Amino acid sequence: MEDTITSDERESVEDDESYAEDELLVEEISIDGMCGVY
Amino acid sequence: MRGLLSPGTVNAFDPARAYRLHAKVALRPEPFGALAYHYGNRRLNFLRSPDLVDLVKDLGNHHSVTAALQASPVEPVRHPAFCRALAQLAASDFLEPVPEQEP
Amino acid sequence: MTLTDQLKSGLDAPICLTWEWTYACNLACIHCLSSSGQRDPRELTTAEMKAVIDELHDLQVFYINVGGGEPTIRPDFFELVEYCVDRGVGVKFSTNGSRITPERARRLATMDYVDIQISLDGADEATNDAVRGQGSWAMARRAMDNLRDAGFGPGGVHGPFKLSVVMTRHNIPQCGQLEQLAAEYGAELRLTRLRPSGRGADTWHELHPTQDQQRELYQWLLDRPGVLTGDSFFHLSALGESLPGLNLCGAGRVVCLIDPVGDVYACPFVLHDEFKAGSVRDTGGFTHVWRRSDLFTELRQPTSAGACASCGSYDACQGGCMAAKFFVGLPLDGPDPECVKGHGEAALAKLDGSQRPDAGPGHSKPVPVKLTHKPVLVG
Repeated sequence: MEDTITSDERESVEDDESYAEDELLVEEISIDGMCGVY
Repeated sequence: MRGLLSPGTVNAFDPARAYRLHAKVALRPEPFGALAYHYGNRRLNFLRSPDLVDLVKDLGNHHSVTAALQASPVEPVRHPAFCRALAQLAASDFLEPVPEQEP
Repeated sequence: MTLTDQLKSGLDAPICLTWEWTYACNLACIHCLSSSGQRDPRELTTAEMKAVIDELHDLQVFYINVGGGEPTIRPDFFELVEYCVDRGVGVKFSTNGSRITPERARRLATMDYVDIQISLDGADEATNDAVRGQGSWAMARRAMDNLRDAGFGPGGVHGPFKLSVVMTRHNIPQCGQLEQLAAEYGAELRLTRLRPSGRGADTWHELHPTQDQQRELYQWLLDRPGVLTGDSFFHLSALGESLPGLNLCGAGRVVCLIDPVGDVYACPFVLHDEFKAGSVRDTGGFTHVWRRSDLFTELRQPTSAGACASCGSYDACQGGCMAAKFFVGLPLDGPDPECVKGHGEAALAKLDGSQRPDAGPGHSKPVPVKLTHKPVLVG
């Protein structure tokens, strides 16, 4: 299993304005960095 | 950092094709829909609608996303939003195209 | 309900949790949040550990974050890791690297559901060893070399390992070098916040970053969304634009901690009776504690700003970290000791020392009368 790392940018749904008026059905989150999450 | 597919190499999401939940994704039901965790790229998604969860589970049973949507209880006016949601999931590898010919 | 609200009111099962597998450790880091050193005789047995893993599998907890002490010291370490992976429970473990031999690194490289984090608290030997002890830098670097050589990282058979750094007054100036060090290995860099927890209570006042350094770190993190940890520094979000991440405390709501003797706490930084929710050895096991304990039920209630209500930044910082407040003796419904507006400093100045909680015995090894290492002041 390989991870292809090609971009440093996070894909953040919250930042995409085209979703502002539509239902937000999928939200990606990262809990990396939450205390105790390695 | 998390196994993003390069925009140059990923195939654009095509609702006329068949997709299915990636084998490495675990779907955990929640009151609001589901949590989805990809054991391969370690990404985490919230599926905010139980209808979307059912659709995602059912996707692999249909010849196309469009067909899956039509077979679902999701009203046509919501289909574009659902397609966008599925495209998002596909972009982070949570959905994979079903190969043209299964062994 | 927004996503954040959902998480604040708690989930039926944690997304993941931290699990300290042993209090035994070969090091004696001066800031150890779990005051580790000596194995506790009541440590969970292999069978008890597996029973908890079975529960976590049933709850569909996606992965566990294993630490300690030094988890690889447990003789059943690999047996337990494999037990987890076989049941679809991912393992991310934190280690000082002492047991990551080339052979073990190769074995771990074949395990797709296992991620590794190496602890290092400086960009050079002097800075690191002042906190983690003589020899700890060399040990960690050897482990990093072994992991890279075994295929962890770009071009290898396994994803990258992480380098995890507790930020102090002495290593914040080394951010750039830490970034370079991680880049050399294709590793991910993770910066975490020093809490006055465990042995950290004794040195927090000398080690915690200055306000200027907090501002510097905040800007540095904003410019680098690829560096992990926005959430550990969510109190800095009161400085302006929020750092990436959830910017909320997940304790008892999204995550929690299981300690080596099976006690369940809200998070790894509050190993104290005040924040103990129950035990996996109680009837109903971990599941009952997560879903029904008084502590976690309370943590899932909406909180008010309390003394922070008059400050315009509360929405951004949420009043900061409860562990930081608790262990310096500040009330939980007031400012964080490192509040970027200075409210924490003002509150600390009013304390007389009697408000600090009892530390409890911890599991530290007895300290020799003569110190074997002295903190080295850098910069």
